[in-house]
Amino acid sequence: MSRVLCIAANTFREAVRDRVLYNLIAFALLLSAAAVLVGQISIDIERLVVVNLGLTAVSLFGVVIAIFIGIGLVSKEMEKRTLYTVLSRPVRRWEFVVGKFLGLARTLFVNTFFMAIGVFAALLYVSVPHRFQSSDAWILVALYFIVLQFVILCSLALLFSSFSSPLMSAVFTFALFVTGSFAEDLRGFAWMSHGLTRWLATGAAYLVPNFSALNVIGQVAHEQPIGTHLIAYNTAYALAYSATAICGAVLIFERRNLK
Amino acid sequence: MIAIETINLEKTYAVGFWRKKPRVALRPLSLTVEEGEVFGFLGPNGAGKTTTLKLLMGLVFPTAGSARILGFAIDDQRMKAQIGFLPEQPYFYDHLTARELLNYYGQLSGVPAKERSARVEQMLTRVGLSDSAGMQLRKFSKGMLQRVGLAQAVLHDPKVVFLDEPMSGLDPMGRREVRDLIEELKQQGKTVFFSTHILSDAEALCDRVAVIHQGELRGVGRVADLTSSVAGKVELIWNGSAVPAGFSALGAECHMSGATMRAVVPEAQQEAALEILRRERLRLISLTPVLFSLEEYFLQKVNSAAQPAGVVT
Repeated sequence: MSRVLCIAANTFREAVRDRVLYNLIAFALLLSAAAVLVGQISIDIERLVVVNLGLTAVSLFGVVIAIFIGIGLVSKEMEKRTLYTVLSRPVRRWEFVVGKFLGLARTLFVNTFFMAIGVFAALLYVSVPHRFQSSDAWILVALYFIVLQFVILCSLALLFSSFSSPLMSAVFTFALFVTGSFAEDLRGFAWMSHGLTRWLATGAAYLVPNFSALNVIGQVAHEQPIGTHLIAYNTAYALAYSATAICGAVLIFERRNLK
Repeated sequence: MIAIETINLEKTYAVGFWRKKPRVALRPLSLTVEEGEVFGFLGPNGAGKTTTLKLLMGLVFPTAGSARILGFAIDDQRMKAQIGFLPEQPYFYDHLTARELLNYYGQLSGVPAKERSARVEQMLTRVGLSDSAGMQLRKFSKGMLQRVGLAQAVLHDPKVVFLDEPMSGLDPMGRREVRDLIEELKQQGKTVFFSTHILSDAEALCDRVAVIHQGELRGVGRVADLTSSVAGKVELIWNGSAVPAGFSALGAECHMSGATMRAVVPEAQQEAALEILRRERLRLISLTPVLFSLEEYFLQKVNSAAQPAGVVT
């Protein structure tokens, strides 16, 4: 386990030193500008706009990082041959894959944590009077679901990265992100279809990650509560989906020749 | 005791769009290296040296055959704790400093935390990088990276060290330092297996060498035996400034150097050559058998036809 954590710590350090967290500056500027602008043009819906805009930005910034770091996690190490000196040590291939995954997940968690502070700061700024409401606690749930989305995306990027080029991995992961964001619609379509189309659509609907169930930004922005059963279901779903994708990545990587 | 053993180790890659075209990278290789030996694995570029090392490191999987290091299978984690590896033209995590990188590798190799810092500092000093230890590797020159590579390969005090082209891209000073390090490892009783195409290094350092070409083992031998073998020619040196009549007919290669002449003739023509010198009243300075150099052995093996596979020790 110590080797997994060591690899995870190195992956996190690499992301920090490669200035990945600089995206926080762009995020802070965007949110500050939005908060000031919203205060001037919106009447009574400032909070709704800031929560919507803030959480969407958190999600998009994280998705970009998850995909663009995730796709290089394994392939970059193979291309640069940094993997040679790691795998010639008493490090099992699964330890390497899991370590890389945990390192990226930690990067995204830290990134989201700082962006969340930004969202709450902007919310405080546009609130009159300047204080939080009890319903704002649901924003934390929305952020938790966003982190779960990142965890799934990281595992998918890692899976694709274990057998294809970075470009193809990016295409596959992004395609699944987009399709998964409409998973509920896909399930609705499958339910209305007949025959072979129904089978195919149902198969696709359950195969793609259900990101739409993890998107509660609209609900939270309208101060609607999130059920505890949904929190439990989404947690179990995200963990099971990621674990399956990581197992797939390990199975492929265990058999791969490093050229 | 045997440190490294390969038994019909073979690697074929499937290439082409449908991956149906075979490309043989290594033909069945059977080889043993004894503990404490410095073993040179010689071959031109693309001969299969790096493939062999990758197979031994478990980075690629053999198509057939097997290998054992220190008696363990190549995927055994207990074995991996006892070996060190320097890849060809190594790349490292360039966001790390040299000190951080060695610490990282020390952790992965299972060096106890208490010993790690001291070991890292000792290695940094050993490879002459203590002044640059806090600098990120992205600012390092190629020679400095090679030194870091050597440090990481021996940091955890391995019993067997694998070096893939360790002198490649180094200046004469750097090459000298690598040679010193390999000699030091030998004195410590370590087994060193290194691939190279720089024959002078192999001749100076190795106990035994193997020649590989086009993925095929062409020969193995002790350096001392190979370089003491007579090449079937003799060298004559005498005082004089012209080639005596009749020397050309003996198939001699003659060279003049100041007031002396040097000729290399086939051993069978030695007596005839001496007779010509006596007749011409020329003073013979020396008569010595011409010895094989490692380069000649290498070229002979590379140009020779393939040999049948078998265990070669």
